[in-house]
Amino acid sequence: MEKDEYDLTRNITNFLKEMMVKDCVDLILVPQKLPVGEGVVQSLVADEGKLENADPLAFVMPVNSGTIISDMTKVTPSKKKIAALLKSCEIRALIELVKLKQVLLDNIIIIGIDCPGTYSMNDYRSMIEEGKSPMSEFLKNIKEGKDDEKMRIACKVCEYPIPENADIIIGIYGSNLKNPIIMAKSETGKEILKKMGIDSQDETKERKEQINTLTKRRLDSWNTLLSETQKEVTGIENLLKFLAPCINCHNCMDVCPVCYCRECFFESPTFEYESEKYLSWAERKGLVKMPRDTLLFHLTRMNHMATSCVGCGMCEQACPSKIELLKLYKSVGHNAQKVFDYVPGRSLDEELPLITFREDELEPK
Amino acid sequence: MTEDVKKESESKEFEPKIVGFLCKWCSSTAADLAGTTRIQYPPNIRVIRLMCSGSVDSVYLIKALMEGADGVLVAGCHPGDCHYVEGNYKARRRATLLKDILKTLGLESERVWIRWIGADEGRKFAETVKEMTEELKKLGPNPMKNYWNI
Repeated sequence: MEKDEYDLTRNITNFLKEMMVKDCVDLILVPQKLPVGEGVVQSLVADEGKLENADPLAFVMPVNSGTIISDMTKVTPSKKKIAALLKSCEIRALIELVKLKQVLLDNIIIIGIDCPGTYSMNDYRSMIEEGKSPMSEFLKNIKEGKDDEKMRIACKVCEYPIPENADIIIGIYGSNLKNPIIMAKSETGKEILKKMGIDSQDETKERKEQINTLTKRRLDSWNTLLSETQKEVTGIENLLKFLAPCINCHNCMDVCPVCYCRECFFESPTFEYESEKYLSWAERKGLVKMPRDTLLFHLTRMNHMATSCVGCGMCEQACPSKIELLKLYKSVGHNAQKVFDYVPGRSLDEELPLITFREDELEPK
Repeated sequence: MTEDVKKESESKEFEPKIVGFLCKWCSSTAADLAGTTRIQYPPNIRVIRLMCSGSVDSVYLIKALMEGADGVLVAGCHPGDCHYVEGNYKARRRATLLKDILKTLGLESERVWIRWIGADEGRKFAETVKEMTEELKKLGPNPMKNYWNI
């Protein structure tokens, strides 16, 4: 952490530390480098002296922090003020979880940070082992205005690299890559910056231009991936081929921030059958695949979460069989969200498509 | 070739299997009415009676299709008539979502039907089953039953 390339990290960390020192918040949720091993994890920091290993830019995402905040607040709201440093997909997941009644936002202050993209857990570790610095790669790519080929696909096709619905935004695009652009985006955010004696900065022309170029590039990549995916998975034969490596581990469901059920239907006694059942299935088609219900699981999961899918790609990262789940789930989500004119994570005021309705709509023929 | 498909190709005409999820208050009453008033309709439907069309999770529709149904019908009360006020509106959204997902994946969304059949509409129930049977005959057997690796 001595080198100049870490100025940005250091300055963001100092800003977070200052929030605690000036008593604006009591705790901070921020990614942190592990003391042993080459990993980054989310951490809840109560002591401002324990921020020296904070990694606010974190070029790896072990978990969507929407899940973490849900774990912390779904039973009772936080009594103390927590500033949560979140990437765009984490904020969007958080908003979906609020609407799904899995998060109580009281005392949660959302600090959004520009996200240039992340590497998968495996690629991140390999980079470190090979002596490459994710930070230098990031600085190089951002200066050249391109995306690293090795970035997670979810990030390469992410059309929302800039956080929205945050109290404060830490902007990197349009900055000098040493000092972040700090912007208050809500009354709470304004109060905090005032108390800290920091002036909220404005969106600069340079920042807007950089963001436009970036968003356009990502959107182009997404449209290409969408049309490729629609060809690749169309029809029962292709879909079965695509999901053939699935081992029914349900990791994709476990790590999905918007798959919130405390007990998944697929892990309930509904799927515990008497042995006669297995025999009759085998006899009917001549043979039966074991374990069963692979396609049923994925199709049902889509029906339960597609309208809230924020495209964070945690499913793909967790898949032990390396199935390219992001493009499958995001494509299905993309179309489903269009049907209901719904963008997950866009606003707390928009109702979830499956709990609301209009009387005059979608009339069957 | 699997048993189901073999049987179908050997018989003269393909007879589709329909699994009907009918709400207790309207559509299954309509089915009873069709029976008691001796209205003829194809025997292709197998009925599952539920308290409300809004209580049908998509998992049951998908499961039926995977286990060899050629079509699934969700039938409930007309808009505004739901015994639970808004169950049918939610069923309509869920069916729309399921059909859209199937469409994205090229999985014949035409096999999923949702209809409003009131308690006094025995004739409409019979006509719906007839119409659905005919449409499914045109569409042919559900290809999902050809796969044991599903």
